[in-house]
Amino acid sequence: MAHSPIVPQRVYWLVFITLLLLTLVTVDVAFYDLGWLNISVALALATTKALLVVFYFMHLKYSPRLIWGFVGAALFWFLLIVGLTGADIFTRDWLPEPPGWTSGENVP
Amino acid sequence: MCAEQSSTSPPTASVTSIASGRSPLASHFDDPEQQFEASTLGMWVFLITEIMFFGGLFASYAIYRSLYPEGFAVASRHLDYRLGALNTAVLICSSLTMALAVRSAQLGRSRALRLFLALTMALGVVFLGVKVIEYSHKAHEHLVPGPSFQFEGPHARTAQLFFSFYFAMTGLHALHLVIGIGVLAVLWILAWRERFSPHYYTPVEVAGLYWHFVDVVWIYLFPLLYLISRA
Amino acid sequence: MSTPVVESPRASRVNYLNVSYGIRSWLFTTDHKRIALLYLVSVTLFFFLGGFFAVLIRLELMTPPGDLVQSETYNRLFTMHGVIMIFFFLIPAIPAVLGNFLVPLMIGARDLAFPRLNLLSWYIYTLGGLFTLAATLFGGVDTGWTFYTPYSSTYSNSNVMLTAVGIFITGFSSILTGLNFLVTIHKMRAPGMVWFRLPLFIWAHYATSLIMILGTPVVAIAILLVGLERLFHIGIFDPKLGGDPLLFQHLFWFYSHPAVYIMILPAMGVINELITCFSRRRIFGYSFIAFSSIAIATLGFLVWGHHMFTSGQSVYAGMVFSVLSMLVAIPSAVKVFNWTATLYKGSVSYQAPMLYALGFIGLFTIGGLTGIFLATLAVDVHVHDTYFVVAHFHYIMVGGTIMAYLGGLHYWWPKMTGKVYPEGWARFAALVIFVGFNLTFLPQFVLGYLGMPRRYHVYPEEFQVLNVMSSAGASILGVGYLIPMIYFIWSLRYGPKAPENPWGAKGLEWLVPSPPPPHNFDVTPVVTGEPYDYSPKSEGAHVR
Repeated sequence: MAHSPIVPQRVYWLVFITLLLLTLVTVDVAFYDLGWLNISVALALATTKALLVVFYFMHLKYSPRLIWGFVGAALFWFLLIVGLTGADIFTRDWLPEPPGWTSGENVP
Repeated sequence: MCAEQSSTSPPTASVTSIASGRSPLASHFDDPEQQFEASTLGMWVFLITEIMFFGGLFASYAIYRSLYPEGFAVASRHLDYRLGALNTAVLICSSLTMALAVRSAQLGRSRALRLFLALTMALGVVFLGVKVIEYSHKAHEHLVPGPSFQFEGPHARTAQLFFSFYFAMTGLHALHLVIGIGVLAVLWILAWRERFSPHYYTPVEVAGLYWHFVDVVWIYLFPLLYLISRA
Repeated sequence: MSTPVVESPRASRVNYLNVSYGIRSWLFTTDHKRIALLYLVSVTLFFFLGGFFAVLIRLELMTPPGDLVQSETYNRLFTMHGVIMIFFFLIPAIPAVLGNFLVPLMIGARDLAFPRLNLLSWYIYTLGGLFTLAATLFGGVDTGWTFYTPYSSTYSNSNVMLTAVGIFITGFSSILTGLNFLVTIHKMRAPGMVWFRLPLFIWAHYATSLIMILGTPVVAIAILLVGLERLFHIGIFDPKLGGDPLLFQHLFWFYSHPAVYIMILPAMGVINELITCFSRRRIFGYSFIAFSSIAIATLGFLVWGHHMFTSGQSVYAGMVFSVLSMLVAIPSAVKVFNWTATLYKGSVSYQAPMLYALGFIGLFTIGGLTGIFLATLAVDVHVHDTYFVVAHFHYIMVGGTIMAYLGGLHYWWPKMTGKVYPEGWARFAALVIFVGFNLTFLPQFVLGYLGMPRRYHVYPEEFQVLNVMSSAGASILGVGYLIPMIYFIWSLRYGPKAPENPWGAKGLEWLVPSPPPPHNFDVTPVVTGEPYDYSPKSEGAHVR
């Protein structure tokens, strides 16, 4: 496969309309208080939109699996930063503070 | 290592193809296919570095947001989500026109290619214009981090942290968009000089990848910055 | 095999050095071999500049009181030494010089995938270097090469911005080099050059490029945020706003720990080539070495927290990072064992490159094993920020990377320049460097274990003997580095012409004339066998 295949125009328009609709949903859902679900829903919607762009507009669907591998690696490495940094920051106050100390965190 | 010599691809052949000007194949590639694959792979690898570049910021954002959920939510309400949504729509439109530009290049429709490139650039400029309006509002409301920052209520410090992220993230994103518009302008000139054909449209494809990536970044920025908690 | 002076029949042909002349033909070249030489000149300049700061540091540490320089100046000396050596010498040294020259030659390509990008990356490197030079001339930086916040972002009055811009820019040169290598290795291999026929040098550079791609952008954003904080009060690391200065350390070490593997992996790649060639043996455990490179690149990203054991990081994260750090020892040891097994029953000859390679194995082993001490959470609390750490990483960076770099430079010098260097002097210099290096850094292990902290220019009297030993060793080491510089330059003019394959080595780069023609291969080679076929039955690299 020398070049990317020519994607039918219809596909692009469908993706486009779906993206706009998902944007509306994203806005609307922010006005409901779902507790911790808010961020999950927002990220799930954003990821759906991002995947549509990546797979269709950026032709990843039609690209060699090598490129899938690279994109996957980037996502994995991004999660590494978040995960291992979070592993530090969210376990810092597991040990009780010595008496007389005040935490620098969560000061309003 | 055992090796034999084959004469599958004498470099002179590709040198002549440069001279003819029709299919610009650089002399160190064997064929246009290899060149196209190398270029797209190169662009994807570059986008991976971009993911990691923005990734550092997103990771920091994630950590602070979970440390200071209240402050981030309060500060986020000072952003105008309607302008944010408008800009999301603008960028999605620009991604569509960019995709159609690549398609036109694949089909060798030179006029359509130039039209779609121009539309994409125009939408990019619209986005930046909206961004300028938003920034000036924030400056007016003393929400730019620094000595002049003013914020009522108990969350003044974390609000400043939130706006630090807001300006760092949207600023970097806007910078990428400016670069993208510059790249498209160069492409438009090349298209005007009829440099692209169904056999050679690699620069259009590669620039498209970059443009869509900038769109994807915004797709995440919009809910993370504008829509933290509107309920 | 000792450097036969045979006039090669093809020596008079057009090669990449004589194809065009003049300064413009160099500054606008897109030939990867010429760009490698541009890099060679620039990294050598920075090496001697960084070395100059090291000389001043060692002079100051000859005596216990701070009598040569003020503490302020001393802070700037060790910062500039670190910044220049790490970002402008160690990281680009092997990939940008030897890698640039050899990656296309070894895989049978006519150039890297993006030759103009390659040239651009040299210009970016030079631009970043100019910023850093400017910072040096205006008085240097005093934050340490690590730029820890909030000192770097809020309090330091030195040239943080200039240096940060320099490092930020140079980072992109590293990214572009890595990108170029990745695409080249994937897409430009000659017919028959399947993955498991690649020289291990290429595997090492592939792993290195992965780190460059995945790590460098993160340090770029970290440094950018420090800059934004200094300029625009974007206070992401500002404790006054509830920001976390340790977050900077996380982002910084996410790159800067793997950066150590950017320095050592290509060095290991060089060692594979030297060990096989000079022991006339097929490499022991090819696929283990190949995958250990990838494993080091991957595991290297999981361990950065061991730099933060005592800086306020959570104890639980510290434990996790401690255990993960131990894992890196496994692929590193795999390599050392396999090199040793390759030497076993080989017909070893002790040419200068081999001396460097053997030195590398020993010094890297010491550096690596002391790394395990430091990865152990409880031990690190005792020796963190002491000379033990300084000695450890110098064994890796100087004893490892620079030994391999010099070994590789000697090994491929005939190929790069078409000239043979004086073998006797080269062996002498290798021995001087080995002795000088150990005399410099072995005492520092003891100093650190006794409790001498790093980054101070004043120390108690009882540490003087060891410090004087170290400074004496440093002067020997300095002389050892000057000798190759002199005879390399001498050989350019007076050295005998090098034959195509002076070492009788395998590998595609030895099939082309020395120096190679502008497009490397007149006809694309077709690879039919494994890379290190030194068995007696093999007739060597024959061309059908």
